[in-house]
Parts: sequence; C-alpha cells; structure tokens
Amino acid sequence: MPTPVESGTSELRDPRDPRDPFDVAVVGAGPAGLAAAVTAAAGGRSVLLLDAGERPGGQFWRHPPPAPGSAEGEDTVRVHHDGARFAALRRALAHHVARGRLTHRPGHQVWLVTRDEDGFLIESTPVHPGTAPVTRRARARALILCPGAADRQLPVPGWTLPGVMAAGGAQALWQGQRALAGRRVLVAGTGPFLLSVAGGLAEAGARVVGVWEAGSPRAWASRLPAVARVPAKAVEGLGHVATLARHRVPYLTRTVVREVLGEDRVRAARPARLDAAGRPGPAGDEVPVDLVALGWGFTPSLELPLQLGAATRLDADGSLVVTVDDEQRADIPGLWVAGEATGVGGAALGVAEGTLAGLSAAGRPTEGRAARRLRARIAAHRAFARAMHLAHPVPAGWSDWLRDDTVVCRCEEVDAATVRAAHDTLGADDARTVKMLTRCGMGWCQGRVCGLATALLASHHAGRAPTEADLAATAARPLAFPVTLGELAELGDEEGGFGGDAVGAGEG
Amino acid sequence: MNGRAREGGAAGGGAAADDLSFDVAVVGAGAVGAATAFFAARAGLRVAVLDRGAPGGGTSSAGEGNVLVSDKDIGPELDLARHSQRVWREELAEHGHHWEFESKGGVVVAATLASRDALRALTARQRAAGVVALDVGPDELGALEPGLRPGLAGGAHYPEDAQVQPVLLVAHLLRLARAAGATVLPHEPVTGLLRSGERVTGVRTPRRSVVAPAVVNAAGTWAGEVAALAGVRLPVLPRRGFVLVTEPLPPTIRHKVYAAEYVGDVGSSDAALQSSPVIEGTPAGTVLIGSTRERVGFDRRPSRAALGALARGALGLFPALHAVRAIRAYHGFRPYCPDHLPVIGPDPRAPGLWHACGHEGAGIGLSAGTGQLLAQALTGGPTALDLAPFAPDRKGLAA
Repeated sequence: MPTPVESGTSELRDPRDPRDPFDVAVVGAGPAGLAAAVTAAAGGRSVLLLDAGERPGGQFWRHPPPAPGSAEGEDTVRVHHDGARFAALRRALAHHVARGRLTHRPGHQVWLVTRDEDGFLIESTPVHPGTAPVTRRARARALILCPGAADRQLPVPGWTLPGVMAAGGAQALWQGQRALAGRRVLVAGTGPFLLSVAGGLAEAGARVVGVWEAGSPRAWASRLPAVARVPAKAVEGLGHVATLARHRVPYLTRTVVREVLGEDRVRAARPARLDAAGRPGPAGDEVPVDLVALGWGFTPSLELPLQLGAATRLDADGSLVVTVDDEQRADIPGLWVAGEATGVGGAALGVAEGTLAGLSAAGRPTEGRAARRLRARIAAHRAFARAMHLAHPVPAGWSDWLRDDTVVCRCEEVDAATVRAAHDTLGADDARTVKMLTRCGMGWCQGRVCGLATALLASHHAGRAPTEADLAATAARPLAFPVTLGELAELGDEEGGFGGDAVGAGEG
Repeated sequence: MNGRAREGGAAGGGAAADDLSFDVAVVGAGAVGAATAFFAARAGLRVAVLDRGAPGGGTSSAGEGNVLVSDKDIGPELDLARHSQRVWREELAEHGHHWEFESKGGVVVAATLASRDALRALTARQRAAGVVALDVGPDELGALEPGLRPGLAGGAHYPEDAQVQPVLLVAHLLRLARAAGATVLPHEPVTGLLRSGERVTGVRTPRRSVVAPAVVNAAGTWAGEVAALAGVRLPVLPRRGFVLVTEPLPPTIRHKVYAAEYVGDVGSSDAALQSSPVIEGTPAGTVLIGSTRERVGFDRRPSRAALGALARGALGLFPALHAVRAIRAYHGFRPYCPDHLPVIGPDPRAPGLWHACGHEGAGIGLSAGTGQLLAQALTGGPTALDLAPFAPDRKGLAA
C-alpha cells in the first residue's frame, strides 16, 4: 500500500487512512470541480478534490506559478476576465482546506473509478512521478466528476508539422508558462474561442496574421434570443473583437486552412473558401506563418463516466456527453457530473453546474430561491451554448480537404486512404470496426487526438451521420490514462474490508 | 444438401420485396460464422451471413487471436485444433498475411516441480496425439524467452502455436466469401425463424425474411438465444475475460508465453474469477496480457480484481515489465459450454438448424477447421473429422 502522506503544494499533511471514505470526492479542479468541491464542503461534508493540475483552475483558469515574492492569485485576476470569480473560489478552497473539511490533492491523474455497494473507489497516479509521496487510492460515498474537455482536432494536410498546434494548446502554453509558440500566427477553425486565442496571443506580442473562421457570423442572426439571455457572453465577445481590431488582425469567415506547408516546420498555410454545403474550394495563395493554431471546439473527456457505465447523449456540437437530471445527477446512484462533460458551454456554466452538483451531493436544499436562480443561469448558458454550437459546426465537407496520404492517427501513422479502404475494401461501416482494422486511434493517445476524425470519417464513408456508438468507440477508455503494470498490480489486492473485490488468483 | 433454392421468391408467395433466398443463412459474422460462410461459398453454396451488429464486433474482437494446440489435452478439441492447423497452413495459407498469421510458437512455463511434472505428462500425451511438444529444461527457458524470471522449474515449447489478428481475419474472410458470391447483411438481428412444420427454413429480421433450407447458428455467446428461437435448448454461457495492452515496446517477448496453470483454468467450470498469465508480443509492438475467466453475465465495466490479477500474473513471469505502462484494457465474453466443447453440426431436434458455436476461448483458432468441416457437411459430403463429439444433443450438454 502506498503511504497515506499527502503531497507537495498543500502545507497540510493528510493523515487520512485510505480505507476511510470521504463523503464526496470531486475529480477535476476547473470551474465546475472547484465550485462543486467548495459547495459540498460548505455543506459540512468531508470532501476530496483530485486534480491532474498542479494549481487549481483547470484549462479555463490556467495560470503560471506566482512570481517570487508575490502571492498566489494576484496574477490571475488580471489574466482572466472572470478572474474575480476564480479568486473567490480559490479563497473558499483555501478556507475549507485550512479547516480540514477539504483535502486537495493536486498533481493526481485519476485513471480508474469503480463502484461497489459502499460507494466509489478511485485510483490515481502522480502526474510527475517521484516528486513526493502520493495517495493513490481513495474511497468516497458520492462522486462528482468534472473532467473537462480537450481541444477538438481535425486532420489537414501538413498538420503533423512542428508549428501546428491545437488552439487551446497554444493558449495554454502562454497562460501556463508565458511561452509564445510562434511569432507569425494563424488562428483557424471555428467558434468564438478562436477570438479569445487570437486576442491573447496578440496581446502577448505575437503577430496574428489572421483568424480564419469556417462559420459565418450570419449563422448567429437567427439565434439572438439565446444570446440576449447571457449578456456577459456578448460583452466578452465584443471585448475580443475590440482587441483584434486594435491589433489589426484580419478576420475572414467561411474560410479554412486547406493545407499547411513546410519542410521541417511550418512555413506557410493556404486558405480555402467554403461553399454553401460546407465544402472547401481550391487552395488560395500561401500565407507565411510559423504557428498555426487550429480550434474546432472541444471534446468532453468521458473516460471516467463511461467506466462507471453512465448514460450518454449527443450534444448540439456532435459531442458525446453525459446525460444528467436537473440536479446534475447521472443515472448511476451516487454519481454527479458537471461542466463540459455534460455539454461544452464554458466556465460560467461550469461553475453553475458544479455548484448545483455540490449542493445536491451534500444533501443541501436544491429547491429554494438560490437553487432556482442557479437553474435559470444554467438554462440560459445552455441555450447560449446550443446557439454557439449550431452557428459553428464542423464543416460538412471537411473531409474533402484530406489527401490520401494525410495522416489521421498520428500515434499509429494511419493515413486517410487506409481509413477509407477499411470501408471500401473490407466493409467497415462503424468507427469501432475501422479502428480495429486500421489501428486508427489505438496508439499512445488512445484516440484523444484523432477520435473525432475517426468517428466522422467512418460514418461519412458509411453514408450516414455519426452515432453515439461511433463516438463512444473512440471515447471509452477502461484505463483513463496509461498506468504502469506495477501500479495495476496493486488493484484488487486491498486489505480485508477495503475494496470488497474478490482477490484474483493470479500467479506470481 | 440437395437442391438450390431459387433467387428471390420465398416459397408460399406473399414475400416482401426485400426478401432473399439462399442455400445457407449463417447467423453471426464472427470468426466462426465468417469461416463457415467462406468455405460454404467456396463449395458452391449460395450463402448469406447476418449479424445483429458489425461483423467481427463481438467476441472475435475481444480476444488475442489464439491459434493454439498447446492448451488442449488429448480429446476431440485437440483433434479439431490439429485439423484447424492444417486448414490454416494449407487451404488458407495464401491469405495468411491479410490477418497477420504468425507462427510464433508457444512457451508454457511451470513454476513448481509439481506443475512441471504435470506439464511433462501433458506433453507426452500430446506428442502421442501428433502435437509437436518439446520439453524444455529450466536452463533453456532463458534462450527461448530472455525476459522470463529466473528460477522457473521448466517448460514446454510448442512451435505450432500461432496468432492472427481476429478482426482482420473476419473482414478478409468475409471479403473472400463475397468474392465467392456470399451476401453479408450486417446490422440485421435475427428475430425469428421461418418454419415449415418441424423444419427450420430460414430466418426473419426486422427488414426481411431470408429463406434458406440450412440455417447455421454461429451466434457465439448469443447462440443459446438463437437456438431458443427454434425451441431447442443450447447451454452457451458468457464467460468474461480481460486483456491488458501495453505501450508499444521493442521486440521483447517472442512467443506466446503462459503458465502451466492456464490449461487447468481453461478446463475449470468455476464461476469465480480465475486468472493465469498469458503474455505475448504483437506485430504492432504492444504486449497483450491475459487471461482472466469469470462468469458474471454481460457486465461490461472494468473490474479492479481482474485488471490487478492480470498485472500481477504478467510481472510474475516477466518482472522487467514493472515500469511498462498499460495503455488499454478490453474485455469480451467467451461462449462457453458446460463440457468445454464446441457445438458443430445439424440439430436433430430442429431439422434445418445447424450449429457452429460454443468454442469458448478457442474460437479464433478453431474457426478455420469448424468452417471447413461444416461446409463439407452442408454439401452432403463426408467430413474430414468426425463431428459426433460436437453434436448438439450430446450427453455433456444435458441439463
């Protein structure tokens, strides 16, 4: 058994015996997870907050370590437009940690959750092994999963060149490490997030040579009522537009990257206009760049909910998300899910959902006026998110810009022609079969990068829309992250009274 | 089988436009169904293969692709395995590269003197039955598999053991079957059987009727349900197994390596979790780690006990894998019969219904022989191997 001594960043030692269950465990310390954890702790519950990040905030509120001599948190209020909300949650986190109600374990990657009659068993592994002793195992009566989302990516010729990044990755590099990934930057893909990335990089000193937006602003016109319900979002968007105008960043709509050019790294990109059916036209002139940041929205991280067998649905952006009720409960007893995993919608929605989940999991009233206001805010943000998703779809004809030799799966080096042959020659008509025949999505990243493309291509070749099953085939991971056989060997080996699993009769 | 059914017109009229007519309807497009379809089509029969899901998407997609003689004691299953070896290596040899047929050989290791002695007795029986089984002393094991932990009591080397990639196997067998005239109907669950008195005369799906004087039940774990549609009992039960997959490694493990205890676990009928290590490299560089067996119905959630047992088993044989990372785990349900023998041949209780199911964890390896033998029987010829031990109404399947 690992020693139950807590790690690093928290001053407090965590003397808790891992056999002793927490009332509530929260996985993920982004907006939803932070809100859920502090809300449950405020309700008098013992709370465990597990997060892969070294500092709370998740992807939305990523921030660098404090400069020497300054306090944690000063910087973020300036960096993030809703920094005040983040600062308040962080103060609440520190408050509950200091009173011993909340145990924060940063740097812990959760890779397996299972459920038995006593609640949930959670296995985690240190993100940076060897830095400090960690508690790998925890038990909880209730579980709130707030796993967030990852950049959605689509292959395009040249996308494997160094200098092509996911838009969120380029932003994270700046926000987390104050590093600029390039000097002449092209931001492309679809959605308002591109504006945020372009604005941030321009403010940071990069020359943003363009934002190529696949969608059309006109798509928003019919959806203004949803926008009007969340004025803060419109203000936020206008702020980004103003920033781009100040830096004279050209903004092109119905425009995509047709190909990225370069030998050892990115040298240029060529645009293409989309026609009314979402199909790209011929490639235009080269635009010299040294960084291409591509953003096609976000894919919710569903590994952990799917390990527990939670029911899912397809959201308006085509993502697989967890189905929850009006208290953020999944269909598994004791399980709540909040944030992007229930539908991509941003930090404010995540905070509202996390708060509601924290109330519900702590057994606090979810019927009063405050709870009603929360639900109204959630409904408004979801309506806005839906409008956004519908205005910024993945172009229907995106696969036209693939060439036969365009790599779809980088880990296993599977190209577009191979994926197509799985259908044309071998009759594969679903994502799972394509994956097993071609190894597309079966490498190190287990489909995190190419999963969406694999699902979209498999269904496109079969002449139909992608289904939940196509997406689940690239989203389900019985091991959420790679883990050593040494760590796995401790599973099912719990002392009596802990785990409740039959102990395997393995040799050796 | 005599007489070809005519295209299109289902007997008795009133057929829907989508109705089809064949000589044989194979229910289930896993390895066994695909092999049956391939051999039957090549024998000149008009064949339809139906699957409720994607071809190769059930148990065939969830194993390791074993083509083994080593794990079978003498008896009908070993006879079928040896017959299948000939089919793999002769009739199917020209296609083997499509499904990554690799004659890598198996190495069975014994940790204790007692298990080594039991293994020696097994290899002696197998040799007498014609299997190439070479006894290996403890000092020679390192030359076969350098990563094995020292101190093992001994082992055996089976050069005939082989491996295929089962999903590729199914896809290419069906491609070859289609080239020989077969029709593949994926995503068409069989919801009922067409009957003419006692006789089974075809299958019904939500989309159509498929008329066929011979219906082959190759539905794997669900074979019992197909049999029930004909009113006959076939005790095929799911027996869950997990496999761990490591990150790609440089060639580390050359053979299929497993513990002598595996043979005993395969033959056991206990419902509780059993685990014995089975470790092998693949052409993709990943290492596959099996095996567990437990009867838990169709529970699809990850099992802590099973995953832990797999890792402990692997480290017990190959300690250097300790820091190697597993990137994936998968599971499947072996179609298991109480007497651990498959069911192959016509069902006298429901004329027209044939079975090719219940191969448990050996279905990939036995698929080639099963399909070839069944095609011989369906065309009315003599079979290269006596099918009597696999009869659906044998004593071992009685309640």
